Amino acid sequence: MSPIKAELNDQLNIADPDGFYQELIDAQRGLDDDKQQLMNAKLIIILANQIGDRDILSAAIQLAEPK
Amino acid sequence: MLQTYDYPQYDYIQSPEQINGQAVRHPLVIVGGGPVGLTMALDCAQRGIKTILIDNNNTVSVGSRAVCYAKRPLEIWDRLACGERMSNKGVGWSKGKVFFKDDLAYQFDLLPETGHKMPAMINLQQYYLEQYLVDKCYENPLIELRWKHNLISLTQHDEHSDLKVETPDGIFSIEADWLIACDGANSKIRDMVKAEFTGHFFQDRFLIADVVMKADYPAERWFWFDPPFHRNQSVLLHKQSDNLWRIDFQLGWDADPEEEKKTENILPRIKAMLTDPNSKFGKNVEFELEWSSIYQFACRRVDNFRYGRVLFAGDSAHQVSPFGARGANTGVQDADNLAWKLALIIQGDAPIKLIDTYNEERAFAADDNLLNSTRSTDFITPKTKGSRYFRDAILELAEDTQFAKPFVNSGRLSVPTPYKKSSLNSADQADNLFDSDMTPGTNCTDAPIIMNGKDAWLLNQLGEGFRLLCFGDKPTADVSIGNITAKILHIGSDIIDQKGLLTERFDGQKGAVYLIRPDQHVAARWREFDLKKIQQAIKTATCNLG
Repeated sequence: MSPIKAELNDQLNIADPDGFYQELIDAQRGLDDDKQQLMNAKLIIILANQIGDRDILSAAIQLAEPK
Repeated sequence: MLQTYDYPQYDYIQSPEQINGQAVRHPLVIVGGGPVGLTMALDCAQRGIKTILIDNNNTVSVGSRAVCYAKRPLEIWDRLACGERMSNKGVGWSKGKVFFKDDLAYQFDLLPETGHKMPAMINLQQYYLEQYLVDKCYENPLIELRWKHNLISLTQHDEHSDLKVETPDGIFSIEADWLIACDGANSKIRDMVKAEFTGHFFQDRFLIADVVMKADYPAERWFWFDPPFHRNQSVLLHKQSDNLWRIDFQLGWDADPEEEKKTENILPRIKAMLTDPNSKFGKNVEFELEWSSIYQFACRRVDNFRYGRVLFAGDSAHQVSPFGARGANTGVQDADNLAWKLALIIQGDAPIKLIDTYNEERAFAADDNLLNSTRSTDFITPKTKGSRYFRDAILELAEDTQFAKPFVNSGRLSVPTPYKKSSLNSADQADNLFDSDMTPGTNCTDAPIIMNGKDAWLLNQLGEGFRLLCFGDKPTADVSIGNITAKILHIGSDIIDQKGLLTERFDGQKGAVYLIRPDQHVAARWREFDLKKIQQAIKTATCNLG
């Protein structure tokens, strides 16, 4: 495990995870594949800007790599 | 096609050495009469080097090609006494708009700080620029322009090169102590010395069209991502002189260049753009095509700017994508960096290793340009589906939010790269703090001054040799190391800082001494005039430390 990964929050930080997951899925219901992908990309950019911290963003990119 | 420009034909003259069949050794031969080669010739000759420039053609750039020229190259050309002619003829601009589909996503203003002689950016056809440079070369008795001279081979020896050159009168030999290859992105000299030229090729093609039209339209840079009149691709528009407009159409990798370059295929693209309400041209703009070209581009650089006595400058040394106007602009700065170093070496005032700092400083700058231009290209030409979604995400967000606007990358426009870590710098000391970004390795910013009772500019006082820009008390004497003299330029007696901008930009209120290189870059700075430190800094800046 790389040292920067430790900066990411490893614990659940969202109240009502099931509710959030449903909201996310519902928001894309009825969108075609292309629009879903675009929406996901917008979400990543919005959330990344909200986080701001470059080390955390780097750690998140690393963590997100497919297995 | 319509022509707004008459191409000059320069005279081919058979050289005496070709007539005699006797090879002559020249101190400097420059190969290639484009913007960089011609600037190099002017700068070298201005510093006293007898210069031969050979070019395989006898006219200027066919087609307008490079269009945008930034402030720093204009300042360099002003030092060479042709910047004013260029900025007068060119179209000055500072504003840009970026559209995504039907909407304005982002607009910027380069917001040029006032109190500079040269504008932030001008657009000017490359043929005018080259013509002005050629005119200036003809005024200089140290420059010999040899047209229709085609280099066909090169053999390097320890201290010179043998060149075989072909002219309309046959093949003859030239010997050159130093050779500067300004022979462009497809440099033959690079192959002749077996230099590596590596980087990225981009799988995309662009159509550039120069269109003559009378359009009531601002002198701004307009960039469209995925506009209705050219779906899924980008379009760029620039205004040039003489009612000439440059339009770049991204075509994609699948486009057939042979088909696309046919006039009958170009005209409908332009028409679609001009008649689309989104292009804001109004309905019935009449236009004629003056010149067009299809290109694909690469971002790459030569592994070393120096191969023995052969030096690379401009596109032969580094090739960038056109977004950001970083090609010719950075090439001119290569000349700015090289000429004074070569002059000191040829005059015997600096050791030959000074030339290696040309590679050190300009390869550093080239890498910065390549990084910026590669990033712009990745945004404009997404290589994967995923990166295309991110690109479109940013463009959509930029319409509604502030934070997404700076992500929009339609080209980051050329600015000089400071030589922050150059071995020629004497670094600021801890007890030597300045509230000014004129750090060692940075090109001096301009400022308005009064000289001999008249309005003048700081940069016009710098560039002949080393200078000591002195704020506070006037020092008693210039500082010399061997034949190198740093003349004092004292603020308060030699020049007057009536508006206070010069003192502010260099943080000179408490007194300051700046050692300025012949290329107008800061080599070192101190709070007080200290002869020993200045001497040491001049030695450092010329590789004369021993």
